[in-house]
Amino acid sequence: MSVTFHIPTALRAFTDGKREVTAEGSTVGEALSNFAASYPDIRPHLYEDGGELRSFINVFLGDTNVKNLDGLSTPLRGGEVITLVPAIAGGAS
Amino acid sequence: MMTKTPIRMIDLIGNTPLIDLARISAEVPGVRLAAKGEFFNPSGSVKDRAARAMILGGIESGELSKGTTIIDATSGSTGISYAMIGAALAFPVKLYLPANASAGRKEIIKNYGAEIVETSPLEGSDGAYTAAREEARAHPELYFYPDQYNNPANPKAHYDTTGVEIWDQSGGMVTHFITGMGTSGTLMGVSKRLKHFNPEIRIKAVQPNSPFHGIEGTKHMDSTIKPGIYDESAADGVITVTTEAAYEMTRRLAREEGIFAGVSSGANVAAALSYAKTLPEGALVVTILCDQGTRYLSEHFWESAK
Ligand SMILES: Cc1ncc(COP(=O)(O)O)c(C=O)c1O
Repeated sequence: MSVTFHIPTALRAFTDGKREVTAEGSTVGEALSNFAASYPDIRPHLYEDGGELRSFINVFLGDTNVKNLDGLSTPLRGGEVITLVPAIAGGAS
Repeated sequence: MMTKTPIRMIDLIGNTPLIDLARISAEVPGVRLAAKGEFFNPSGSVKDRAARAMILGGIESGELSKGTTIIDATSGSTGISYAMIGAALAFPVKLYLPANASAGRKEIIKNYGAEIVETSPLEGSDGAYTAAREEARAHPELYFYPDQYNNPANPKAHYDTTGVEIWDQSGGMVTHFITGMGTSGTLMGVSKRLKHFNPEIRIKAVQPNSPFHGIEGTKHMDSTIKPGIYDESAADGVITVTTEAAYEMTRRLAREEGIFAGVSSGANVAAALSYAKTLPEGALVVTILCDQGTRYLSEHFWESAK
């Protein structure tokens, strides 16, 4: 399943300036980890040392925060857009 | 008892207390940490000081008069300040915020009667800044554009008030000052004033350790548009802090000091504490508690047991 990540400006320094990156995965978590694997410098900005996604990062599948779905286990159909947004916001909205 | 002359909301800005962080200081014997309780300002943040100075400056210069709308970009706090002062002085207010500004902040702004335009969460504060500037330039006849990132009245407000208060309230004993930067107005104004009182006072800027962070109101300078008022040489160096450390200290402030403050306050105190560990006995480190914790109630970090 191939999905497209929309990259926030704050992370574009680690994606060679790319605004969009595609990655494969059958769940949101898998696609995210494959995305991070293709740009290794981005990893510490997204994951804690133990491998958990940093707690302030909200992952949106389309317009929906995955917290309101099945989190990182949310399945992908392919073709979706995933956006990473720092939870400077309240998370749910 | 009624005071003889009832006070105006905008006269309540500033003169916040310098609070002793006694329990957190206990980790660094011989060094004291103290912080300005900026959440005591009438709209709940340090930004009331700059907003008042810029708005009064606009009225004085004639750029802001009846019927003119105040327009600016903000991560939220300055917006709340503009909205409060705009309401009190009868000016409409239009604010550009990244869509990921906390829901609580947006509610407060709306309840003061101000208008919000949301900009892309992917672009952060730079996206809001560019959009506000474009609209202000397209319709100069409609707007007063304080442009907080480039308005010298912003740091001057801190030179005139915050810096003097810190000096007076510490009895001239402050040895180190450290704070984060949104526009950098607080750091620029306070550092200049403190160095003027005593050139030996050391100044540190707090920076998020990553351009991708959750310390609301704080800018990662190296990866974003530098504010015109920002002068890197004003600080004697930088202390970096992770979002996780900022969250943790925000919780500690509530639980150990009874101070319910926001995430940038947590970042400031976390950085102040790590800086304090490198300082000799007798140091008095002062930082800023930028805003109230109630704005962040919808965030999940309060729940963490860590
Ligand atoms: C919550 C919060 N903390 C700190 C700051 C930093 O203040 P300054 O703009 O004076 O650098 C801001 C500024 O926007 C803020 O919103």
